[in-house]
Amino acid sequence: MNEHFKTPLIEAKGLVRTYEVRQGMFGRATPVRAVDGIDLKVMPGETLGIVGESGSGKSTLGRMLLGIDPPQEGQALFEGKPMPKLATPEWRALRAKMQFVYQDPLAALDRRLTIAEQIGEPLAIHNLVPKPHRETRVAELMSAVGLRPDQAGRYPHELSGGQRQRAVIARALASRPKLLVCDEPVSALDVSIQAQVVNMLRDLQEKNHIAMVFISHDLKVVRNIADRVAVMYLGRIVEEASSDVIFKTPLHPYTKALVSSVPVPGKLLQGRVILQGEPPNPANRPSGCAFHPRCPLAADICRTSVPQLLSVADGRTAACHMVTRAEASVAA
Amino acid sequence: MVKNLVELRGLKVAFDGVQVLHGIDLDIARGEAIGLVGESGCGKSVTWLAALGLLPGKATVSGSVRVDGQEILAQPRHVLEGVRGKRIAMIFQDPSSSLNPVLRVGRQITEALAIHRGLHGEAAKAEALRLLDMVGIPDARRRIELFPHEFSGGQCQRVMIAMALAGEPDLLVADEPTTALDATIQAQILDLLIALRAETGMATIFISHDLGAVSQVCERACVMYAGRIVEQGTIQALFDNPRHPYTRGLFDAIPRLDGPRERLIPIPGTVPNPRDLPEGCAFSPRCSHAAIDCRTRMPALHSTDDGRLLSCHHPVGSHPPIGVTHPAEARVLEPLS
Ligand SMILES: Nc1ncnc2c1ncn2[C@@H]1O[C@H](COP(=O)(O)OP(=O)(O)OP(=O)(O)O)[C@@H](O)[C@H]1O
Ligand SMILES: Nc1ncnc2c1ncn2[C@@H]1O[C@H](COP(=O)(O)OP(=O)(O)O)[C@@H](O)[C@H]1O
Ligand code: SF4
Ligand code: SF4
Ligand SMILES: [Mg+2]
Ligand SMILES: [Mg+2]
Repeated sequence: MNEHFKTPLIEAKGLVRTYEVRQGMFGRATPVRAVDGIDLKVMPGETLGIVGESGSGKSTLGRMLLGIDPPQEGQALFEGKPMPKLATPEWRALRAKMQFVYQDPLAALDRRLTIAEQIGEPLAIHNLVPKPHRETRVAELMSAVGLRPDQAGRYPHELSGGQRQRAVIARALASRPKLLVCDEPVSALDVSIQAQVVNMLRDLQEKNHIAMVFISHDLKVVRNIADRVAVMYLGRIVEEASSDVIFKTPLHPYTKALVSSVPVPGKLLQGRVILQGEPPNPANRPSGCAFHPRCPLAADICRTSVPQLLSVADGRTAACHMVTRAEASVAA
Repeated sequence: MVKNLVELRGLKVAFDGVQVLHGIDLDIARGEAIGLVGESGCGKSVTWLAALGLLPGKATVSGSVRVDGQEILAQPRHVLEGVRGKRIAMIFQDPSSSLNPVLRVGRQITEALAIHRGLHGEAAKAEALRLLDMVGIPDARRRIELFPHEFSGGQCQRVMIAMALAGEPDLLVADEPTTALDATIQAQILDLLIALRAETGMATIFISHDLGAVSQVCERACVMYAGRIVEQGTIQALFDNPRHPYTRGLFDAIPRLDGPRERLIPIPGTVPNPRDLPEGCAFSPRCSHAAIDCRTRMPALHSTDDGRLLSCHHPVGSHPPIGVTHPAEARVLEPLS
C-alpha cells in the first residue's frame, strides 16, 4: 500500500517549544526556542530514530509528541486527531496507548515498591485487566522482557541497571501501547547490556507492531534499531532519511560530522575529521544556518539566510544551502 | 633507572571482607598509553583508587605499588602526597565530583600549582592560562574568572585535565573521562589526550567500558573481569584475534554503523556479585565456550606464544597456545542465562 494514503500513528506539525532561561545568576529571563518548528510522521509499527548533540531539543520533542509538554505553536496528531489537553480524561485515556521510557530507570521506578507491583500498576490505573488475572499478565510481561519469575519480589535497588530498564519497559508495555517514545533508553548501560536491551526492544516491537520514537546520541545503536532517522540541530531537523542511507551517505555537513565522530574499534583516532566547537546553545542561536560557526563548508549565504528543509531525493530531506538534488542523486 | 614507571604487583582490595580485586599485576612504561576495559563493577576504578590511596577506610588493600621503584602502598602520608597529583594524576567521569562548585576555576588551578610546583602570584596565573590554553579552552583570560557551572560538560572535562596537568605528572589516569559526553565532544577529548601525550610524553591509563573508545587512544589494553585481568595485549592483537571469550564478547557487542541493520550480539547475563563469585572461571556462567572444567578450575593468567597474557582454558580465535586444551576435547556446556 502507498505510504501516502495511510494515516500516520503520530504526526507533528510545526511544533515549537520556548523556555524562559536566565543567563547567569542575575541575568534577565530570555525566551529560548528549544524546539523550533518540527514536522514529522511516524507510521504504525515504524521506528523513527532521533539523533543530535546534547541540547538539540530531542527530549523536549519527545515530551511534546506525547502531550506531556504542550507546544506553544503547532500541534501533535495521534491517529489523525489532535492531542487532547494535558491531564484531561481524554488525554489519560490516550496515554495508555503512548508510553515513555526514560534514560534513568532508577529515577523512573518507585524504590518502595517491588518490580511486579510497578509493572502491574498501569493494569490497575487504566483498569485494563480484571484483578484476578493481573498476576498472570505481570508474569507474561516479565517474561517478555527477559526477567525471571523469581525477580518479581525484588526492589529496584536489588536489580542491575539492565534489569531495571527491562522492568521499566515491561511497565510501559502493560497497557499494550501503540507508540513507545524511548529517550536514551540504553545510554546508561554497558555496551554488552545495551545489546541485550536493544534486541529485546526490537523483538517486542516486531511482535506487537508497536511504533517507536528512539531518541539517542549514539548513532551506532540508532542505525541498528531505526527504520528512519531524523538529525536535530538547535531545535530543528536538518536531515531525515532511511537508516540504510543516512549513515552511509550523509548529505548534511552536520550529519557527516556526527558520523565521523563515531569511534571505530581497532582504529586510531588519527586521520578522522573531528567536529570542533561546543554543542549548540539555543540561548545563542547563530544567524542564518545555525550550524555555520562549526561548518567546514559555510559560505556567506549561510550566515544570512536560513536553509529550509527540502526534499533532496526520494524519501530524503536536508536543510543546507550546499546540498542540492543533483549532489544527493550522486550520493545515492 | 628502573625500567618501568609504575609497577602494580598482586594488588588486592576487599570491602568489609568481600574481596573485589584479586591480585592485579601491571607494568606501565614511561610514555605508554594503556587501556583498562571491562563492564561496570569489574574493578577498573578500584585498581587505581587503591593504588593512589583514595579508597575509604573500610577498604583493605594489599600488594605492592611501585613508582620509579619506590613503594607507595601503606607508606606514610608524605610519600603518597609526593606522588598523588604530582607523579600520577587522576581524572574522573564526573567532573563536578572533583571541581569545587564555589571556587573560580582559575583559583582551583593556581591552588594545584602552589601545592605541586610551588608557583604563586603572577607566575601561577600565567601558568594556569597556559594550561587552559593547552587543553583548548578559548578566551582563557576571561574564562579563568568563571565558576565550574558556567562551563559545558566537555569544557569541565578540559578544565579537569588542565588541573591534572598542573603537577606535570608522568602518568595520567583518565577514568571514563568521556562516557557522559556526546560523541562529537568525546572525539575532541580523546584527540586532546592523544595530543597532550605526544607533547608532554606522559604515560596514560584510559579506563572505559567501550573498547571502541579505548582503541582510539591506546596501543595496549587490559581486559578486566570480576576483579582480575583476563587478557592483555596490543589493541591490534586483541582486535584482530581476541582469544578470551569475554574480550571477543566486548568487541562483538559494539553495534556497527556501517553495513546492514543487524541484531546486536550481547553478552548474556551480568557481571557476578563479588560476594557470590561462580566457582572456577568467573566468566563461565556467561561464556558460550565454557566446558566442564571451567566450572571447577580457575584459569591462571599466563603469557602465550604471541606475546599476550591470557586466562582461559579454551580460548577462542586462532593458534591455541601450547599447553592449552583444545575446546573440542572438552564437552561444551550451554551458558547459564
Ligand atoms: N524545563 C526547561 N526549562 C528551561 N530550559 C529547558 C527545559 N528543558 C529543556 N530546556 C532547554 O532546551 C534545550 C533542549 O533541551 P533538551 O533536553 O530537549 O535537549 P536534548 O537534545 O534532549 O539534550 P540531551 O542530549 O542532553 O538530553 C536545552 O538548551 C535545554 O537547556
Ligand atoms: N566504596 C566502595 N564500597 C564498597 N564496594 C565498592 C566500593 N567501590 C567499589 N566497590 C565495589 O568494587 C567492585 C569494583 O568496582 P569498580 O572498580 O568501581 O568497578 P569499575 O570501575 O570497573 O566499574 C564492584 O563490585 C563495586 O561494587
Ligand atoms: S547551510 Fe551552510 S553552514 Fe549550514 S550546513 Fe549547509 S553549508 Fe554548512
Ligand atoms: S572457556 Fe572456560 S575458562 Fe575460558 S572464559 Fe570461557 S568459561 Fe572461562
Ligand atoms: Mg535529552
Ligand atoms: Mg569505574
